[in-house]
Amino acid sequence: MAYSVLAVTEQRNGSFRKVSYEILSEARRLADELGGDVAAAILGNEIAHLAEPLAAYGADAVFVADDPIFTNYSPEGSSKTITELVKKLEAKVVLFGATAMGKDLAPRVAARLDVGLATDCVALRVENGEIIARRPMYAGKVIAEMKFNTSPVLASLRPNVFAVTEKDGASNIQIEKAEVPVAQNDLKAVVKEIIARSGGKLDVSEATIVVSGGRGMKAPENFKILEELAEVLGAAVGASRAAVDAGWRPHSDQVGQTGKTVSPNLYIACGISGAIQHLAGMSSSKCIVAVNKDPDAPIFQKADYGIVGDLFEVVPKLTEELKKIVEK
Amino acid sequence: MKIIVCAKQVPDTETRIKIAPDSRHIETTDIHWILNPYDEYAVEEAIRIKEKNPGTAVTVVSVGPERSTSAIRTAIAMGADEAVLVKTENENPDSRAVAKALAETLQSMEYDLILFGKQAVDDDNLQVGPRVAELLNLPCVTFVAELELGDGKAIAKREIEGGIEVYETSLPAIVTAEKGLNEPRYPALKGIMMAKRKQIDEKQVALEAPAVEVSKYEYPPAREGGKIVGEGADAVPELVRLLHDEAKVV
Ligand SMILES: Cc1cc2nc3c(=O)[nH]c(=O)nc-3n(C[C@H](O)[C@H](O)[C@H](O)COP(=O)(O)OP(=O)(O)OC[C@H]3O[C@@H](n4cnc5c(N)ncnc54)[C@H](O)[C@@H]3O)c2cc1C
Repeated sequence: MAYSVLAVTEQRNGSFRKVSYEILSEARRLADELGGDVAAAILGNEIAHLAEPLAAYGADAVFVADDPIFTNYSPEGSSKTITELVKKLEAKVVLFGATAMGKDLAPRVAARLDVGLATDCVALRVENGEIIARRPMYAGKVIAEMKFNTSPVLASLRPNVFAVTEKDGASNIQIEKAEVPVAQNDLKAVVKEIIARSGGKLDVSEATIVVSGGRGMKAPENFKILEELAEVLGAAVGASRAAVDAGWRPHSDQVGQTGKTVSPNLYIACGISGAIQHLAGMSSSKCIVAVNKDPDAPIFQKADYGIVGDLFEVVPKLTEELKKIVEK
Repeated sequence: MKIIVCAKQVPDTETRIKIAPDSRHIETTDIHWILNPYDEYAVEEAIRIKEKNPGTAVTVVSVGPERSTSAIRTAIAMGADEAVLVKTENENPDSRAVAKALAETLQSMEYDLILFGKQAVDDDNLQVGPRVAELLNLPCVTFVAELELGDGKAIAKREIEGGIEVYETSLPAIVTAEKGLNEPRYPALKGIMMAKRKQIDEKQVALEAPAVEVSKYEYPPAREGGKIVGEGADAVPELVRLLHDEAKVV
């Protein structure tokens, strides 16, 4: 059977990250256009039970690499396993999530296969039977359309951008073991431990709502008002570089060119001026709200909605008003 | 100890990027070129290791056109000892071609550690470090925010969503730098003067044809921003209404 598209899913502690459903749905869409089947790959330890539910997102087959070496992410183990699977399936398109894992894994697989890779794509389309990828470059100042001169085509997809399509009715799904062509002893770089960030809180790059604070927050303890707002919305808290460099927030919260790229449905920027390097990380948010006391702050040119005012008055009021809606 | 830092020259992050009339290139006139910000963390880390371990030599290697020497000189001014420019005519070779050119160059060099920035802020490809690692069959840890070296080994902390992966790897290894790894220094005047005189070795490598090519650049759709809902806390109920009824995001 010809598997035209392989989706490399990502799970942690036995649950899929949302991006896995996004790439699988996109894999299905492409396969329907290209003609062919969709295979999904899962890597992990004792994760066989995760396979079947993937049928709902369009997988015709699931290849399960179930091995203790995948208890944590293994760069060497995963890249060898996926490379062998791509070869075995003769996949024409391989999709990854542009996550910490996918951004590490995809280029390794690309190097092993000696092919091109388009990173952090925001759209894919089929034109004359060829895949064309759209991806931001220069921190989102331009969008490039990429064509591939090598096969298979490898692409990683930006989280939160691609639609998840679930279909009803269980279809026949084929579940197979994927070969794991590595042993623990072969591995030179291994994850010894994973340190969860305080409270295992939501990461800005994955959240569908992000509430960010900048220098206008004035002090680290003031971020409490953003955390309260985030709590009501189920949002993650982000920060500008100014807030991070001041030591108010960890580097991992920084949004922007030298921080994280986010594509949430809603981005609320509080006390952030909207410097070009900050905009680079958040301008693909679907809806942007800015709260800033300076009416001339550049953030207002990007924001869909703005309030000119003191964030210390506006944010608590916003939390209070949103609570009413959420409670309804 | 021998450390190699692979670094790229990129447009200053403030630069307005202009698409050429053919839609397939970026105008390179009027660009102010700098050392890639993530590569600065890599250079800084190498120099800190050198400061702690006397006898360490830091070599900067860059693939790029002649103008890349300015970024290389920034790295030397910061404290790198030697430099190699792998000179190319092509303004924008793809990641596969660059990784191959680097791997070929590095093959004849000695190293215990090779540092990269996690990405170049022009093409934002995030590929060259891990690709070189595969080509040279070296272990590699990407997006490293903390690095500790000991006895033929390294402990590297890698940023992931919601946490940190702690890696142990044997050396030689490749590490790609994330912001937060360190605070890059400003070159001192003495370093800048020295960097001006420093001989940069030039190498020529035939670049492979691109595996991925830009067929067209476009500007992202302009955001129709600027809708000011109102002033102060009084505007909040209207904002919430808009978010709920118009934007439908809450
Ligand atoms: C190579 C490079 C990379 C960079 N990468 C990033 C990056 O990844 N992310 C990033 O964010 N920046 C980045 N920057 C920095 C960027 O240029 C700006 O310096 C930074 O974004 C400014 O942060 P800010 O908006 O919080 O602070 P400021 O520019 O100081 O803005 C603070 C804003 O808060 C408002 N304010 C103050 N008090 C209040 C109040 N009480 N209520 C309401 N509003 C108030 C002010 O009017 C002002 O607009 C980078 C810079 C360089 C050179």
